[in-house]
Amino acid sequence: MDEKKTAWERLQLIHTKGRPTIKDYIPQIFTDWYEMHGDRLFGDDRAIIGGIARLDGEPVTIIAEVKGRDINENKTCNFAMPHPEGYRKALRIARQAEKFHRPIICFIDTPGAFCGVAAEERGQGEAIAKNIAEFMTLRTPIISIVLGEGGSGGALALGVCDELAMLENAEYSVLSPRGFASILWKDASREQEASELMKITAEDMVRLGVAEAIIEEPLGGAHNDLDKISENIHEYLSQKIPEKCKKDIDVLLKERYTKFRKIGAFSE
Amino acid sequence: MFEDFFNVVKKRFNDGEEEYKPPMFKCPRCQGTSPLSKYEELHRVCPKCNYHGRLSSTERIAITVDKESFREFNGNMRGADPLDFPEYKEKQAELRGSTGLSEAVITGTATIKGSPVVIGVMDSRFMMGSMGSVVGEKITRAFEYATEHKLPVVMFTASGGARMQEGIVSLMQMAKTSGAVKLHSDAGGLYIAVMTDPTTGGVTASFASLGDIIIAEPKVLIGFAGRRVIEGTIKQRLPEDFQLAEFMYDKGFVDMIVERRKLRSVISHLLKLHGFDSKEA
Repeated sequence: MDEKKTAWERLQLIHTKGRPTIKDYIPQIFTDWYEMHGDRLFGDDRAIIGGIARLDGEPVTIIAEVKGRDINENKTCNFAMPHPEGYRKALRIARQAEKFHRPIICFIDTPGAFCGVAAEERGQGEAIAKNIAEFMTLRTPIISIVLGEGGSGGALALGVCDELAMLENAEYSVLSPRGFASILWKDASREQEASELMKITAEDMVRLGVAEAIIEEPLGGAHNDLDKISENIHEYLSQKIPEKCKKDIDVLLKERYTKFRKIGAFSE
Repeated sequence: MFEDFFNVVKKRFNDGEEEYKPPMFKCPRCQGTSPLSKYEELHRVCPKCNYHGRLSSTERIAITVDKESFREFNGNMRGADPLDFPEYKEKQAELRGSTGLSEAVITGTATIKGSPVVIGVMDSRFMMGSMGSVVGEKITRAFEYATEHKLPVVMFTASGGARMQEGIVSLMQMAKTSGAVKLHSDAGGLYIAVMTDPTTGGVTASFASLGDIIIAEPKVLIGFAGRRVIEGTIKQRLPEDFQLAEFMYDKGFVDMIVERRKLRSVISHLLKLHGFDSKEA
């Protein structure tokens, strides 16, 4: 593990060109990957992919936000900013996983849900709300991993789970530090200051009870050794998935609810 | 020099005129002005364009529930400061003083024309109704109480979204509240969401959008992303009616738009249609 970096340094790191995306990880960690398309309502959002594969020989459902590795991929996946149909596709595929008793693995990697006219017209708020509520009671184990950026409601829509893991340099936040600075101080240029105040690192997430695990990255960051980081993610999943699958489903659901239920700071 | 003289005269003239001027209300929607007394008489509805202005939570409760029926939950719950965010504690204390509110939502039980309900009312005067730990906890407890006691929930939403000063903790309140709504729904509970001005961001993307029935007041702002953010993304001005209640109604995300003066009666009818009849007197 690297010596301690600031939140701002980690943000630069996860934006390094060549940082692995879900498209790099799938062939490294899983076998028999079959991608499924479309929400059956409107279309197929390429910012979120979903499908079936095997983890250590056992069928699993994968749902993931997709960052592009170059400009063409980024155009296709809209820079990993999903529209409502992306979240609805995720829910459709998650319900199938529940039906066929497959555990779900969500990979989060988004600056946030897309902010645009069409997204509003098709109910971005409703789509995210629905996923959050439905994932809370899906009767199958769910593990979520933040690969890089975990931006806001767009991340949470794939983040209601039994256990959340963060890659060592990944961040999870209510809003991008830039957006945060612009809302709170009306000055987007103060994003570095915001990033330090916001408590967005993997360690912060564990301390605040938002995440349960940190997956170590190779020295200098995930892009320096794809085999090693894939192995670390694989190892984590190989341990966690069977552990969660063994649990009684009603106990698991109660624990899932409690995981979120207890987050908050107040006095009475 | 002449200019100075002119300004003095103008000032005197204006000062004189102000003595006769009744306080006016300028509508943020139609920009029209009307006497403030008229606006207040209509419970803050613009007499010109029917825009439904913002009510405080106490005013909203007063015009919605039966007299003397409201029993508040967790009235003393106060916010903490999970991220040690600069000036956040001071800001909360200052707002508690100036608004008399403990936080941005009031919850409790009441009756509406005799039907028992759990009611929640958000208040935009407290940090723009933003959802931090207290809002999340109170709304979650309200739904849990309703589930346990088989009561319907009527929730008036008004929020700018997540409470920035609570960062990720604020985001998690979306999961917490939505989870409680889901359990209430799975137990067969009725949830009527009433979207008031403004219902945006993390509140739209959680419990506000999960009502079995979603009502909106006329012309209020409803949306996920802020208008300025979208204009920044698409680099053009948005039409005036974008994200108004009527727009969301046309797009299929709102069941009905109900004027404030009819709201109590409509909610009462809906409760009775779901079997929540008046308790015998």
